[in-house]
Amino acid sequence: MKQIYLDNNATTPVHPEVLEAMLPCYRDQFGNPSSVHWAGRAVAGAVEKAREQVASLIGASPAEIVFVSCGSEGDNMALKGTVDALRDKGNHIITTSVEHPAVLETCRYLEKTGCEVTYLPVDRDGMLDLAQLEAAITEKTILISVMWGNNETGNIFPIEEIGKIARKYKVRFHTDAVQAVGKVPVDVKAAGVDMLVLSGHKIGAPKGVGAIYIKRGTRLTPLMHGGHQERNRRAGTHNVAGIVGLGKACEIAGRDLEKNAAHMRRLRDKLEEGIRKNVPQIKLNGHPDPAMRLPNTLNVSFAFIEGESLLLNLDMYGIAASSGSACTSGSLEPSHVLGAMCVEVTLAHSSTRFSLGPNNTEEEIDYVLDVLPKTVQRLREMSPLYNCSNEEQCETCETIRRI
Amino acid sequence: MYTDKVMDHFQNPRNVGEIPDANGVGEVGNASCGDIMKIFLKVEDNVIKDVKFKTFGCGAAIATSSMVTEMAIGKTIDEALELSNQAVAEALDGLPAQKMHCSNLAADALHEAIKDYKARQQAG
Repeated sequence: MKQIYLDNNATTPVHPEVLEAMLPCYRDQFGNPSSVHWAGRAVAGAVEKAREQVASLIGASPAEIVFVSCGSEGDNMALKGTVDALRDKGNHIITTSVEHPAVLETCRYLEKTGCEVTYLPVDRDGMLDLAQLEAAITEKTILISVMWGNNETGNIFPIEEIGKIARKYKVRFHTDAVQAVGKVPVDVKAAGVDMLVLSGHKIGAPKGVGAIYIKRGTRLTPLMHGGHQERNRRAGTHNVAGIVGLGKACEIAGRDLEKNAAHMRRLRDKLEEGIRKNVPQIKLNGHPDPAMRLPNTLNVSFAFIEGESLLLNLDMYGIAASSGSACTSGSLEPSHVLGAMCVEVTLAHSSTRFSLGPNNTEEEIDYVLDVLPKTVQRLREMSPLYNCSNEEQCETCETIRRI
Repeated sequence: MYTDKVMDHFQNPRNVGEIPDANGVGEVGNASCGDIMKIFLKVEDNVIKDVKFKTFGCGAAIATSSMVTEMAIGKTIDEALELSNQAVAEALDGLPAQKMHCSNLAADALHEAIKDYKARQQAG
């Protein structure tokens, strides 16, 4: 059976060049980069080369890059480390209601420890009102945390403008750029961010490695205490192979960025147009202008059907996608992102995210566009919400039609 | 995460649709939790002659709906009232833990349909 992978916002396959770069670290280059002897020296250079590769992709200096184990660790470090380091300045954080759980749940935890958090709302397209952001800043505000690109809708937030606001009020600015890096140009200096988090496995490196950019001079309490690795910013023996892989993946991401983004955008737009043309009663979730979304992301709700059953059906055809339905979120609630966008609840349950990668082909998109309409129709035929005969009495249909 | 039986009933659901002259209809669930099941019954001489379902929901919701229709056909309404959600899940060789409370409502839908049938009979 064909295998079509359209879930690259969840994770990506390891790039062959990345794997090639990593393999020596699992063979003869086994040393600990903190050791002075030949075994340590053999890999210390590799770690520093990776640091340069990561820094170069986002316009940072190598000394401003700290390797971590994943995006969640980076976000935790940025938030908790700031709250601890700036305790004397204030306790107020401004973030958005559509952040990744790595930021949202960390904020909820910090609220329990005495922080105050403003969760900025978004409009129906999932975008922020910057006037509202500016108005939320108080004397106690120590941090603004806004993601660069949203993992569910692909919406790109105006990071440079937020950076300007943050500088105007001298508030520290953190961005979770896990979904943006490698898909859109990211320059920490131009954006005016103080901290930026990226993750390896979203860009063709393996799972278990990420990095945080910490602008020079930023006071940040470490999350992990112990040895002197990473200039005392992050203790723990280096994940040498992972770090080397992340470095290589960043080099490739920078090298192929334009080509890959154009390729993914063309196929994503084709998929979007194809769905609009061939499947009635759908709702696009996210900014209506595809240019305002990450070039690889498309989030669509198919009215009257539930997301998980659609995913299982697509999986039968070898198509891998993801959903914002409660059944796939591990909770009883559908996606908090779609909830924040006031997407009607049955439509939120039916939301389906297609996130492309550089390896997807035109033929694959054609295949999806062939399979999808009949799969949606098959599930609609089974749905009590579809073609309700007693329409006036059917409250559920009413709520769907309101959108 | 799903058993082979669940996947079989999900991929080839039995008794999907509506019964135009149903004499008992039951619906459970709600849109906010993502599962709505509707069961249509044709009862003759207290025996369930035909059952059909329509379901909005995840794989487990569709599979349990399909299974309950198979289990109910041919039973008397009293026998059918003894069918539990648990029994439906067991007939499917089990459901993932997180699905047991939210998507395992098919027997409830069947019972609602039987209640509707009884109410219609009483109304005459």
